[in-house]
Amino acid sequence: MIDWGRTCLITVTMLGGLLTLASLLIWVERRLLGIWQERCGPNRVGPGGILQPLADMIKMFTKEDWIPPFADKVVFVLTPAIVVVTTLMTFAVVPIAPGFIVADVNVGILFFLAMSSLAAYSVIVGGWASNSKFAFLGSLRATAQLISYEVFMGLSLMGTVALAGSFSLTDIVEAQRGLWFIVPQFLGFIIFFIAGLAETHRAPFDVPEAEAELVAGYHAEYSGMKFGMFFVGEYLSITLLSAMIVILFFGGWHGPVLPPVLWFLLKTSVFIALIILIRGTWPRLRFDQFLSFSWKVLIPLALINLVVTGGIVLARNG
Amino acid sequence: MIVFAYTRDLLLGLWIVFKRTFTKPVTVQYPEERPYLPPRWRGRIVLTRDPDGEERCVACHLCAAVCPVDCIALQAAEDPTSYDRRYPEFFRINFSRCIYCGYCEEACPTYAIQLVPDFEQSEYARRNMVYEKEDLLISGTGKYPDYNFYRVAGVKIRDKDKGGAENERPPVDVKSLMP
Ligand code: SF4
Ligand code: SF4
Repeated sequence: MIDWGRTCLITVTMLGGLLTLASLLIWVERRLLGIWQERCGPNRVGPGGILQPLADMIKMFTKEDWIPPFADKVVFVLTPAIVVVTTLMTFAVVPIAPGFIVADVNVGILFFLAMSSLAAYSVIVGGWASNSKFAFLGSLRATAQLISYEVFMGLSLMGTVALAGSFSLTDIVEAQRGLWFIVPQFLGFIIFFIAGLAETHRAPFDVPEAEAELVAGYHAEYSGMKFGMFFVGEYLSITLLSAMIVILFFGGWHGPVLPPVLWFLLKTSVFIALIILIRGTWPRLRFDQFLSFSWKVLIPLALINLVVTGGIVLARNG
Repeated sequence: MIVFAYTRDLLLGLWIVFKRTFTKPVTVQYPEERPYLPPRWRGRIVLTRDPDGEERCVACHLCAAVCPVDCIALQAAEDPTSYDRRYPEFFRINFSRCIYCGYCEEACPTYAIQLVPDFEQSEYARRNMVYEKEDLLISGTGKYPDYNFYRVAGVKIRDKDKGGAENERPPVDVKSLMP
């Protein structure tokens, strides 16, 4: 049966850890981008600037929390919570180490896909409720992106599911004890990575919030802590994306010498850094380019990957 | 295969940016480290004095006329104790409008107005950006230590008659000029 005390402990640890991590990532991203652009980044508040998120938070809390008079008030206020809540809920099925998981459901991948689709609503609805043209354009673009990446995101994971023979994330990690799925599922990894970047609205797929053309896109009208929620949500989804990549393709907690938790955190940090590096390097795609790329290239590739993997699994099981 | 070319370029880009991890940032940590400012840097404006310690400015209004943003205001006056020596009664520069173009320095015939290497002019109140003559006038000669307008130009002042300047001969008395 469910051990309530243990579950509560894990939940609290995860929540505390994740929220700290998300706010720390604000500093980490700015610092790393600075280093990669031959600057310093924020280095004034606290040792090495590590207290910068705290200063940012004080600033956000003391700012005027403005709700535009032309916005749809209720939806406008509720939206920022959606992205944070759904992302945090997805972490419930993320196995960090053997037994260190809030809810070991047997359809973990489906839960993850469902929650990530829900998180996309915050972008669409938030932009729509703002009732201004930039926010509206942002959510239009988000919708256009959504109908492409959601398709191949699910498809790219099915190869992994076929190999592991289970939808449960714990089983998938266990199935990678010998060989990480990055080797047999390299194509699936690339496609999932692209889909994940599009889902977190990170460069080079950050068209919904493209600062250069749309001010801030879907969250242009948000201020104060509501804007902060979108921010925290973005960093949470980066963490989630990295964690999912590690679980699905890089063997989760498996690794020599170090304890499983450390391995998991290490691999996740590498991918977080990679996502930040990509933001610092690659230019943004136009969203019609992304649409045609995903429908004409990625979806066929994902289908081929699924069919080939399915055939191999079938042949092996005879 | 164009796909491979694209992929190679994308990865190459990532690698080039990643290599920056090991280079030193170009940032100058400003309040602690200070950038080197060359002597001819166009910064805060000063009014200088000639080697005798008198104000150099003769209130000719040339700087005010040339200033593209019209931020110099001055009023000419004559000093009764030194004959026709002119000086500005007030001299005001609005630094919130100045664009530090240096035209005033170029236009000035007496080297009175000079731009010096100093950019730390932040103020909390906007009216503090307006500098009066007391704020502008310094006790030294600035960039041209030997130049003294009245010792070069032919104008008559208290202790120098016409023709008494350097490289000048006394004026010819036309009435004594005999054929
Ligand atoms: S530097 Fe240019 S803008 Fe400033 S006072 Fe002189 S002429 Fe005017
Ligand atoms: S500062 Fe120079 S240009 Fe300006 S009024 Fe005085 S003498 Fe003339």
